[in-house]
Amino acid sequence: MAETAHAPGTSPSETARPVPFRGGGFAPRPRKWVGLAVFVALIALAEWGTRAGWISALTLPRPSDVLETFVQLYESGLLFRHLVPSLTRLIVGAAIGVGIGISLGILIGLFSHVRAGLVPLVAAIFPIPKIALLPLFVIWFGIDEASKYALIAFGTFTPMVVATYGAVDNVDRTLIRMGQSFGLSWVSIVRKIVLPGAMPGILSGLRISLAIAIILLVAAEMLGASHGIGAYILEAGSLYDLERLFAGVVILSVLGVTVSAGIGLVERRLLAWRS
Amino acid sequence: MDIRLEGISHSYGDFEVMRDITLHVPAGRIVCIVGPSGCGKSTLLRFIGGLERPRQGRVLQLGQAPQGCLNPLTYIFQDFALLPWRSVEGNVSLVLEDHGITGAAARAIIDDVLARTRLTDFARALPRQLSGGMKQRVAIARALAVNPAVMLMDEPLSALDSQTRELLMDDLISLWTRANFTAVYVTHNLAEAVRLGHSIVVLSRRPGQIREIVEIDMPLARRAFGDPELDLYQRRLWEMMRDEARAADSELLHG
Ligand SMILES: Nc1ncnc2c1ncn2[C@@H]1O[C@H](COP(=O)(O)OP(=O)(O)O)[C@@H](O)[C@H]1O
Ligand SMILES: [Mg+2]
Repeated sequence: MAETAHAPGTSPSETARPVPFRGGGFAPRPRKWVGLAVFVALIALAEWGTRAGWISALTLPRPSDVLETFVQLYESGLLFRHLVPSLTRLIVGAAIGVGIGISLGILIGLFSHVRAGLVPLVAAIFPIPKIALLPLFVIWFGIDEASKYALIAFGTFTPMVVATYGAVDNVDRTLIRMGQSFGLSWVSIVRKIVLPGAMPGILSGLRISLAIAIILLVAAEMLGASHGIGAYILEAGSLYDLERLFAGVVILSVLGVTVSAGIGLVERRLLAWRS
Repeated sequence: MDIRLEGISHSYGDFEVMRDITLHVPAGRIVCIVGPSGCGKSTLLRFIGGLERPRQGRVLQLGQAPQGCLNPLTYIFQDFALLPWRSVEGNVSLVLEDHGITGAAARAIIDDVLARTRLTDFARALPRQLSGGMKQRVAIARALAVNPAVMLMDEPLSALDSQTRELLMDDLISLWTRANFTAVYVTHNLAEAVRLGHSIVVLSRRPGQIREIVEIDMPLARRAFGDPELDLYQRRLWEMMRDEARAADSELLHG
């Protein structure tokens, strides 16, 4: 080891080697087409397997048959007969649950008494599988739409409350201090500092809540629904009609991807200030 | 407007932070408060601005705030405290909106304070696009917009690199020369204190007590970087503080 630093070229006796690079990885970067490629590859594999016979028709329906079922569903007009009631249930139920969830979450975040009173309650109802309460909702709200709205609302409400008050708690206190130091009114501080500051957390809570809403939609349609994606899937399932089952599942997946993309759009709009 | 502190003592639980601080901040002067970290400088500034109440003693405002003053006691924070979702002009307009100043009246004030802080070209930029020095100039512009009687500055330059700090000191001096505002300026940096302070209050380590008040008569506009007279003041201050700072540094933080 040389004791002194040499200028480049002053020590020709030592061999020069490039410093090995070791800083790669751990930095996810968007790779748009990879996700799609995985989908396509899996579907192609299933198609090939079912045609070649090493996947039996009882294991997995042929993707092209599922597509055909879907086209029939669309052409017979049944698609919208199922989709419209489902979307209505989803929108009404989620709107109620998310609305109440965000409002209560903000109140919990802002007022110590509300927090002390409601946080244990929320913690108690959070782990209840909401599906288990479906019979109860039927007794309370009847077998019609109201019990379905209630189930979806209840299921979206709990994650939304928790996400919202966590987000309010995480708002930078120095910004609130700043607002107070300029004599801003309480309402202004909440509206202009707390709410925008909590928005990232609220939106990621919304993402989870809406996914749960889609899961609960199927559960809600198990009881007394003649139309709806969930009812369609359940009927196909009880008849072991795998093509129709898969067609229904694909609709739910597409619904989920659409919702998620919609929230991504809202995030890019509202949170443009974050990098 | 003058500020007077009378016998301020404070503790958090059993944790005594400061003891019997009595101090007068005359109008139109900059009073620097220096002291080792943890001696209660930020706490004292929060008392002066009414963000927190001391256990004992009181903070008095003497005289009326000048006409057109929207927020007599106005802070400038070390970490800038800008809303990241508002543009530069949005951050300034935030403090005007609550006073019902919008539209053309707000426009005039915003344009004026951004010009005074040389930010006119960045009015629509978001905080994340700005350097640290620019962010602090936005915070200064926001403070100027409410036409404060007293500026309360808590280590406003401590988060900046030393070149930026020099530039901003010059900015502060020229702003003061124009407006002669009253200021309480907390810092742990003695070079800043001798450049900006008409008087320098030296606090002991926790519990903070006033050890000495050093007056510097040289006009602010004449105080230059590396001035030998200022260096002498700075050395004197450091001799006063060295043992305190060493002792403060080897104390455990409370839990
Ligand atoms: N809200 C608080 N609760 C408990 N201790 C506090 C609080 N604020 C400050 N302290 C303590 O009081 C002491 C003085 O704090 P501070 O005024 O921030 O010091 P400085 O600004 O001089 O570094 C510190 O030891 C700090 O930990
Ligand atoms: Mg401090």
